[in-house]
Amino acid sequence: MSSIGTGYDLSASQFSPDGRVFQVEYAAKAVENSGTVIGLRGKDGVVFAVEKLVTSKLYEPGANKRIFHVDEHVGMAVAGLISDARQIVETARSEASNYRSQYGTHVPLKYLNERVSMYMHAYTLYSAVRPYGCSVVMGTWTDYEGPQMYMLDPSGVSFSYFGCAVGKAKQAAKTEIEKLKLADMTVKDLVKEAARIIYLVHDELKDKQFELELSWVSKDTKGRHQIVPRELAAEAENLAKQALADIEDSDEGDM
Amino acid sequence: MAFMGDIMNPAPLWQNGPSPGAFYNFPGNSSSLASNHTPQDFKAHSASPITTTTTVIGVKFDKGCVIAGDTLGSYGSLARFRDCPRVMKVNDLILLGSGGDYADFQYLKDIITQKIIDEKCIGDGLQLKPRSLHCWLTRVLYNKRSKMDPLWNSYVVAGIQDGEPFLGAVDKLGTAYEDAAIANGLGAYMATPLLRDALEKGPLDQEAALALVRKCMKVLYYRDARAFQRYQIGVVTAEGVTVHDTEELQPDWSLAHMIHMK
Amino acid sequence: MLSLDGNFPEYAVPGAKQVRFEPYADNGGSIVAIAGEDYAVIGADTRLSTGFSIYTRDQKKLFKLSDRTVLGATGCWCDTLTLTRLLKARMQMYEHEHNKSMSTPAVAQMLSTMLYYKRFFPYYVSNVLAGIDADGKGCVYSYDPIGHCERSNYRAGGSAGAQLQPLLDNQIGLKNMQNVSEAPLPREKALALLKDVFISAAERDIYTGDSIYILIITANGMQEEKFELRKD
Repeated sequence: MSSIGTGYDLSASQFSPDGRVFQVEYAAKAVENSGTVIGLRGKDGVVFAVEKLVTSKLYEPGANKRIFHVDEHVGMAVAGLISDARQIVETARSEASNYRSQYGTHVPLKYLNERVSMYMHAYTLYSAVRPYGCSVVMGTWTDYEGPQMYMLDPSGVSFSYFGCAVGKAKQAAKTEIEKLKLADMTVKDLVKEAARIIYLVHDELKDKQFELELSWVSKDTKGRHQIVPRELAAEAENLAKQALADIEDSDEGDM
Repeated sequence: MAFMGDIMNPAPLWQNGPSPGAFYNFPGNSSSLASNHTPQDFKAHSASPITTTTTVIGVKFDKGCVIAGDTLGSYGSLARFRDCPRVMKVNDLILLGSGGDYADFQYLKDIITQKIIDEKCIGDGLQLKPRSLHCWLTRVLYNKRSKMDPLWNSYVVAGIQDGEPFLGAVDKLGTAYEDAAIANGLGAYMATPLLRDALEKGPLDQEAALALVRKCMKVLYYRDARAFQRYQIGVVTAEGVTVHDTEELQPDWSLAHMIHMK
Repeated sequence: MLSLDGNFPEYAVPGAKQVRFEPYADNGGSIVAIAGEDYAVIGADTRLSTGFSIYTRDQKKLFKLSDRTVLGATGCWCDTLTLTRLLKARMQMYEHEHNKSMSTPAVAQMLSTMLYYKRFFPYYVSNVLAGIDADGKGCVYSYDPIGHCERSNYRAGGSAGAQLQPLLDNQIGLKNMQNVSEAPLPREKALALLKDVFISAAERDIYTGDSIYILIITANGMQEEKFELRKD
């Protein structure tokens, strides 16, 4: 047993004497080991970008996707244990579906976020279960409320964000996101920024291979969550690579 | 229901015992065994449709299918709801039209819509094909009829399957078939002959099919008392599915001068 | 449960009548099957109808269950669809389990069991099964809707079944005739007879017509044939 938990980390239903729930913190650790996920909320929509780490060359390209559709209008990007995250996706989908069947319209993201947060939180309360080892970012765009984005933690806590990052390089990514004037930017610009940030924060030494996943939901997509079309994604990716190469060139120049 | 407590017909004062002021009936005797129960008594089922729509027609042409249905929701003989769209785009390959109970159609429509969303969520780009939906409807409707709780509709499924036009029908029992011309309700008697006649004379193109369907809608409007002058037309081809804006037919009642009622 | 007669007798007007949902439909159609020494022919018309209207003139009612067994089914079409779909699934399960396709007599028994399973809410279907048995001989099995099964050499079923059976009895069974000698029925004659009886059926039965779809089953496989009937 590790010394830090000193016996208070065996159950999600027990506090430590200084008021912490270790199981939840460990779950957060699982998320921190994952590839970086960022969500950007611009003026006309939300963009998701995922640094999906490819742990084996034997995987097919596009395997183990980390961006999901929850409903026509809601997208979800996930960080952490992929199998845990898939279950959260499934929960969110059935919540969205239930809402639609009961009220005949799409689920408001605020409500969906509440429901999924409650669900994740429930898994921090009992000794028989472990918390989910994933964080998820959900986003949508609607006619009447514009873009919206939430990020949920394994603890069941969630906040609405203009820009958020989670995973390995969340600090570096957040620093980059803070430089952006998010509220003035369109999703077309944001896709490029998102790609650039993912390439920038990717650690070439520790994680060799990765795939960039990009999706958006915006006014232009008529409020539908879509994977960014191939040409646009390729363009953003090329720009990102170019930007990275420029930085490396100038670094060499300094030396 | 008959076995359970029923608040409308409460059990006698002393259950399984003598009722005050009545002869004692031994349990399991002939009078308590003789039951007038039918399977329907155990659960209330829809015995008949409530708000109904009339004919829906469908016809194949060389590169696709057309279907049409008017927008009237009748409440018995009362023309009650005048805007009941019932030609539905399912996805890029399928059009669905319904006749019969409108509530049942709306119920199934919501289920199909969710099916399509679920499919989009998978995100592999695959789409439900018309033959599959047709078969699925057969199963849903057959299972409901077997529970003696039918969905009181007849459906026309039109679409493109592997590049070829598909046109199929399913009714409330789960009776299913494919044909180049389909019409239900009164349309079976008035529109089918027109459609089959046109098809026999040679292959139709889209324009001819649309004209034919419009003619059928007019004939039906003249003779079907539950028909309406506003109707929807949907077209499905390899290019995709379009449901036209509601059209209004221009009837010509001048021939009614010939009719003298005495 | 609330009922009009029990709880609100004053509202139970004699004129007002609730229509009960009828789960069965008669969609018509006829089948004829004839078995010979080393073949079986089975034909069914292609008209699917209800009452006085025809749903379609081109509905196949013969179902290939294996390469030596064919089922002809008519009656309540929704039951036919369900029954045959179930049968096909059961055929496949048998094949996966035993690594061979089911023999015709085995299919015949299974069909009987499946029909009887629904004894109290039957499949309203007239079934005629034709095929080649384990000895290579032609065989025909016929059923009632609740699973009674009988093997014979010829059978007519469906809406014109009652009209055609006596004709077959006479022509193939050589019943009620004097000075006749039984001879094996050649395949060509069986086929010609099958077409003839369907022509007669189309004359008298409004639920039989349009065309017939015929399958000729031999040990070497199946042969298809289509034959036009009157369309009125």
